[in-house]
Amino acid sequence: MSAIPASVAATPNAMWQALSKNRLSWVGIGLLAFIVLAAVFAPWVSPHDPLQQNIAYRLEPPSAEFWLGTDSYGRDVLSRLIHGTRVSLMVGFVAVMIAMLIGSALGILAGYVGGIVDRLIMGLVDVLLSFPTLLLGLMVAAMLGASLENLIIAIAITEIAPFVRVARAPTIALKQRDFVDAGRALGYGPMRLMGVHILPNMVSDVVVLASLWMASAIRTEASLSFIGLGVPPPAPTWGSMIREGFENILDAWWLTVFPSFAILLTVFALNLLGDALRDAIDPKTRSERS
Amino acid sequence: MMQYAVKRLLLAIPTLLAMLTAVFILVRLVPGDPAAVMLGDQASAEALNAMRQQLGLDQPTHVQYLNFLGDMLSGNFGISMSSGQAVLHEVMLVLPWTIQLTFASILIGVVFGLPLGVWAALRRNSWPDYLGRLLSLTGLSFPAFVSGILMLLVFAIQLRWFPVIGSAIDGDWTTQLRSLALPAFNLGLIMTAYVMRVTRSSMLSVMGEDYVRTAKAKGVRPMRLVLRHGLRNALIPIVTVVGLYFGTLIGNSVLTEIVFNRPGLGKLILGALNTRDYTLLQGLMVVFASCVIVVNLLTDLVYGLVDPRVKFK
Repeated sequence: MSAIPASVAATPNAMWQALSKNRLSWVGIGLLAFIVLAAVFAPWVSPHDPLQQNIAYRLEPPSAEFWLGTDSYGRDVLSRLIHGTRVSLMVGFVAVMIAMLIGSALGILAGYVGGIVDRLIMGLVDVLLSFPTLLLGLMVAAMLGASLENLIIAIAITEIAPFVRVARAPTIALKQRDFVDAGRALGYGPMRLMGVHILPNMVSDVVVLASLWMASAIRTEASLSFIGLGVPPPAPTWGSMIREGFENILDAWWLTVFPSFAILLTVFALNLLGDALRDAIDPKTRSERS
Repeated sequence: MMQYAVKRLLLAIPTLLAMLTAVFILVRLVPGDPAAVMLGDQASAEALNAMRQQLGLDQPTHVQYLNFLGDMLSGNFGISMSSGQAVLHEVMLVLPWTIQLTFASILIGVVFGLPLGVWAALRRNSWPDYLGRLLSLTGLSFPAFVSGILMLLVFAIQLRWFPVIGSAIDGDWTTQLRSLALPAFNLGLIMTAYVMRVTRSSMLSVMGEDYVRTAKAKGVRPMRLVLRHGLRNALIPIVTVVGLYFGTLIGNSVLTEIVFNRPGLGKLILGALNTRDYTLLQGLMVVFASCVIVVNLLTDLVYGLVDPRVKFK
């Protein structure tokens, strides 16, 4: 049985129509496609080896040989930038996926079961929200030690709370609906009701939230790397490139400026897309638009 | 109102306790022996034992937990491992710098963000609105350290309008103000982007209300319509959302302080990380989280004060 009443969720088709009409969303999609391609084809499009040190070419300004200059070890900034795309996208994507899965599962559980389970889960959310995001990530990363996995765990923990909230509220409304009652009357278990009948109705909200929080995850990753809690060197990440370049900020501006724009562009593209998606699924702003 | 305030106050207590529990567990997640982590590989067995005793690690976990709760609730946040000073003392020493910075940025955010948000809402779907939305989205995409570094490069290093180091501990008030300007604007512009965005959407929903239409039909002058009937009601959600932003503001000010090499809580945290000063980190965590809980509490109370309907929930 189909469990998607049109009144509750925007259908993918309507969402796509609203999205494709929004010109700014195309800018976001285009930028993201470019960034993802750079990450996927990093080893082939990089002009140099990102880890190759060359003392003879220390702190070279941008030139025909090194388009974006070289760092204090003589490594090519452009190549490091392109490879850094992989770390940022991977940390952002995986961290948000983990937060999304755990958060929305907890949210549906809290909304569906209610009572003491609800109070416990919402208590957890209150606690998570009482830590400033960056500091919680910083604390977890510092405690676990700096590595790719720990960075992902630290960022995922900071982003669970919003997904719990966005999944809980519609669940409370949905569990009273006729189609859920009908499923219950047919003898479906709670797992099936939550997974097959309630979950599909909030997928669009969760996806929008995921794109906005992926932007935030990438920002947090860069910030933690800048502080020195990111993926350990010599792996190229945008945050650590800025950290290293910051020591030479007085005479080598290219070391900080280019990675800065890379972070800005990526976060901006995700925000643009997330905003457009949100407008697309929100019937209120959609009708206001037309 | 009194009843609402007391109820809300009581609700904050379990959150506070749960937060302390979370910090307690987090600190115990450190792989290996915390004493060994603090003293390094070269420490002798006696030194390790002494450290364990000092940290109370020789006691059973539940005793450690109760001691921890008791200490934190009585305002004893522990002794910094690296400086030997009380954590609270260290915090109080740099707190004025951070407060100065955050207040200046909130001021900038409100002074620029509110009018811009109202303007964008009134000029909806025209080019100033699109431009404003694009700019505010750009502002929200900046990690605070990236915008800080770009500002430093342009205004301090290239143009030399402002000092590179953002702290003038001595000097008259003009020097102090000049060194505050860049960090404050760095935080303030991000804040502006945020306030503007929230104000715009809040104004849009209020201006569509029936009472605004009625007032318009009654012939209320446009200025009065926007300020008294529109903005006054739009302010309620703005206050809430800005209150919720407090946690992000703390994170951003930490990054800003690091970039501009300004004394404050950010540099204190960085120092604690570099010296592996876990007691200081734990204390700072509790202090920050308590601040957020208190700000959330105040936001809710202000909400109750402004909107009489809240009491009946």
